[in-house]
Amino acid sequence: MRDEMKKNFGILGILVAVFIATAIGNANFLTAYNMFNLVERASLYGIIGIGVAFVIITGGIDLSIGSLIGLVATLLPFIVVQLSFPLAIGLLAIFALSLCVGLTHGVLITRLKLQPFVVTLCGLMIYRGIARWIVSDKTMGYGNDVFSGLKVMVGNMSQLPGMADMSWAKHVPVAFLILVILGVLSSVFLNKTIYGRYLLALGRNEQAARFSGINTSLMIVLAYVICSLISGFGGLLFALDYGSIQPDSFGNFYELYAIAAAVLGGCSLRGGEGSIFGIILGAALMRLLMNSISMLGIDDQLEPAVIGIVILLGVIVDELVKRFAARRRAMKQVKEGLA
Amino acid sequence: MNAPDKSPLLVVENVTKRFPGVTALNNIYLSLSKGEVLALIGENGAGKSTLMKILAGVQLPDDGAIRVNGNLIRIDSVQAAQANGIALIHQELNLSGNLTVGDNIFLGREPLRYGLIDKEKIRNDAQSLLELLGLNVSPDAIVDTLSIGQQQLVEIARALSVNAQVLIMDEPTSSLSQLEANRLMEVVKDLRSRDVSVIYISHRLGEVKELANRVTVFRDGENAGELVGDEINHSRMVQLMVGRDISQFYVRSPHDAGGIALEVKELQTIAHPGCRLNFEVRSREIVGIAGLVGAGRTELFEVLFGVESAISGTVSVNGQQIPLHSPLNAIQAGIALVPEDRKLQGIILEMTVRSNIGLAGLRQHQKTGGFLNAAQESSDTAAMIDRLKIKTPDSQQIAQYLSGGNQQKVVLGKWLSIDPKVLLLDEPTRGIDVGAKQEIYTLMDELARKGVAILFISSEMEEILGMSDRTLVMHEGQITGELQRDELTEEAVMQLATGNVLESSV
Repeated sequence: MRDEMKKNFGILGILVAVFIATAIGNANFLTAYNMFNLVERASLYGIIGIGVAFVIITGGIDLSIGSLIGLVATLLPFIVVQLSFPLAIGLLAIFALSLCVGLTHGVLITRLKLQPFVVTLCGLMIYRGIARWIVSDKTMGYGNDVFSGLKVMVGNMSQLPGMADMSWAKHVPVAFLILVILGVLSSVFLNKTIYGRYLLALGRNEQAARFSGINTSLMIVLAYVICSLISGFGGLLFALDYGSIQPDSFGNFYELYAIAAAVLGGCSLRGGEGSIFGIILGAALMRLLMNSISMLGIDDQLEPAVIGIVILLGVIVDELVKRFAARRRAMKQVKEGLA
Repeated sequence: MNAPDKSPLLVVENVTKRFPGVTALNNIYLSLSKGEVLALIGENGAGKSTLMKILAGVQLPDDGAIRVNGNLIRIDSVQAAQANGIALIHQELNLSGNLTVGDNIFLGREPLRYGLIDKEKIRNDAQSLLELLGLNVSPDAIVDTLSIGQQQLVEIARALSVNAQVLIMDEPTSSLSQLEANRLMEVVKDLRSRDVSVIYISHRLGEVKELANRVTVFRDGENAGELVGDEINHSRMVQLMVGRDISQFYVRSPHDAGGIALEVKELQTIAHPGCRLNFEVRSREIVGIAGLVGAGRTELFEVLFGVESAISGTVSVNGQQIPLHSPLNAIQAGIALVPEDRKLQGIILEMTVRSNIGLAGLRQHQKTGGFLNAAQESSDTAAMIDRLKIKTPDSQQIAQYLSGGNQQKVVLGKWLSIDPKVLLLDEPTRGIDVGAKQEIYTLMDELARKGVAILFISSEMEEILGMSDRTLVMHEGQITGELQRDELTEEAVMQLATGNVLESSV
C-alpha cells in the first residue's frame, strides 16, 4: 500500500511537470475549451483502463478491447438507425454482446486453459472483422436525434438535472463524473470486498488461492466479464463523443492505451498489483502527453514514439526503485542480524 | 574401509550465506579427502542443500573461502565447478528425457567432427562409462524409458565424463527401490576405491553408516559436530542433528483416540488407478504416512482436498460423505491442507501476513454484500501470531520476508482460524529450522488433544517415528501396511515402503 502511494506520487509529479511545461509553452493550453476536452478524453481512457485493470490484476490480458469498442460503436447505429429498432433494444444488444464476449474469453481461458494473450488476440481480429462486414465498411454516424438523450454523457454537467444553475458545472465533463463513480465503485470492490481480495490473491498465486478454497476459475471469468462490460460501455461513450465511426479503424490501439495506463498506474502484468487511482493517473498522463505534443508543436507523427518512451522510462525507473528498496532492505536485515 | 589420504582435496572455510530473513549458512567448515565418502547429514533446512548449491556454482557465498588442493578458488558458475572437478547429482534428476543416454552424458560438451556432432564418439565414450558403472543399457536408449535408478546412474556417468574428483550426491536414494538403492551404494563404494571423493547427503542413516568414512552434521546452518569411524551410529547422529535428546524433541502426549473423523473407502486416484485405498483417521489421533518419493502420498492428499478428482471411492468426515470437486467442498466439510510446496501452494508470498491468515476465512466471516470483515481478520491474525509465536514485526509484514518456519506457521494460522476437524499436513517441517520444527510438533500434539484428526506425510524417518500414533506406509500408490505405535521401527517402515510385505502385518 505504502509503495503504491509512493508510485502514484511519482506519476502525479510527472503529470504536474508536463502540465506546467505545456502551459508555459502554449497559452492556448489553459483555455477552457482545451481543458474540457483534455479532461473528457482522459476520463474515457481512464474508464477503459479500469476495465482492463481487472484482467491484468488476475495476471491476464485483454487485447480485444479496441475491436470490441469498434464493434459496439458500429453496431448501435446499425441496429437503431439502419434497422430502426428502438434505442433500448440497441443498448440491450450491445450490453448482451459485451457480456457474451467477456464470458467467452473467461470460459476459454479457465476451462480450456488457453492463454489470455491468444484468446483475446483472436478476439481482436474477429470483432473487427464482424464490425466491418456488418456495415460493409460504411461510416456510421451518431447524428440521429434518437441519440441526443445519450449524448448528455459526453456533454458538460450543467445538462444534468438540477445542475443548470451551477456555473462550474459547465466546465466539468459528465464523463469525468462517470469516471469518478466507476473509480470509487471499483476501488471499493477491489479493496473492501472478499471478491476483490480473491482477485488480488489469485493474481499473485493462483494455486495458493485455489488451495485456500477460492473458486479461482469463477473469479477469472468475472474479471473478463467486468473488463468487456466496461469496454463496451467505454465504446459507447467514445462513439457518442466522436460522432462518426469508421468501422475499420475506430478503437484501434485503444487496448494498448488502456494497458499502458494500467501499467503506468502500477499494475504489474504478472498480476496481483494495481490501484484504481494509479490507473486514472496513468490514463490522464497519457492523454496529457498527446495534448502536449500538439500544443508544443512537436511533429504529430512522433506522438506514439513519445508516449512509448515516457512509458518505458516510467517502467525502468519503477524497476530501479524497487531494486534499490530490496537492496536497502537486505542491508538492513544483515545489520540487524549482526547486531 | 581404508583410511583416506590425509591432505584434504576440498576445504570449505567459514562460508556464510544469507537469504532475506534467514542465515542459511553461518561460518561453515567442511573438508573432504581424496577417495573419501563424507556423509553430510542434518534435518531439512539445516543448510546442506545451500552448501551444495554453492559448491556446484549455482549460488555464491556471501563470505568464506573454498579451496581445492590447497588453492583458493571461486565457483561462480556451474562451468567453474566442473573445471574444478566438482559435480552435483541433484535430488531431482536433471536429464532431458527425450534424448538418448549418450546425448545426455555429453550434453553441452558434444564432441564435434567437421563441425557436426560426432555421434560415433558419443556412443563409444558413453558405452565405456556405462560399463564402468555396471549399467546395462544402450547409449542409444531414450532416457525416459529408463527406471529412476538407471537415470541416476546416467547422471553419475555424466559427472564422471567431466573427470569429476568430487561427486556430490543429494539424497540419491530418496526415490529408489531397495534393490536400486543397494546397487547405487555398490557404485559409490566402487568410486571410492577409484579415488573419487563423494559427499553423500542422505536422511537414511542406515546407508550413511554403511558408506561413510566420516559424517559431518549441520544444524540450523552451523556445524553441529563430526563423527568418524566407530562413532558413526544411529543415536549419535540423531542427537547431533536435533541438538538434544530425541525423546525431548518430539512432543507427544498419549492421545485417547475418539470417533472416526475421516473415513476413506475404495478410493481410486488418477495417479494410481490400479490401487484402491481404505483407511480412517480418528479424532484426537495423529497418523503418519511414510513412503518413498513418488509413492502417491501427495496425490492422495490432493484428492482428499478436492484439488484433483478421484476416479471412484468415497471420503467421509464425521460420517458425512463429502463431494470431492473442489477445495471449497473439503474446507466446508472441515478438512484443511498444509501443502508440500509452501511457496507455490501454501502461502502468497507478496501478500501480508494478515491477508494470508485471513484468506481461508474470508467467505465464512464476510459481512452482508460480500464486504471484508476487517475487524475479524485483524483479531484472528493477532490471535494466530500470538498462539503460533509467529516472528514478524507486525501483521502487515509481507510474507516473503519471513523465515521458512514462520511462513509455515502463517499457513497453519490460516487454517486454524477456521477450526478444521481434519488437518492434512504434507511434509509440515520441510525447509524450516529446528526451533520452529519443535513448535510445530508441539502444535500438532496440542491440536490432537483438542480433538483434531491429524494425517501427516513425512519423508523424515525420525519425524514418522517420533510423532505418529499410527503409521500408514505407501508404496507405488498402495497402502502396503499399517503400523501401530508398538510395531513402529525404521526397518519395518523401510520394508513396507519399498514394497515388501511384513510377515507380522496382514
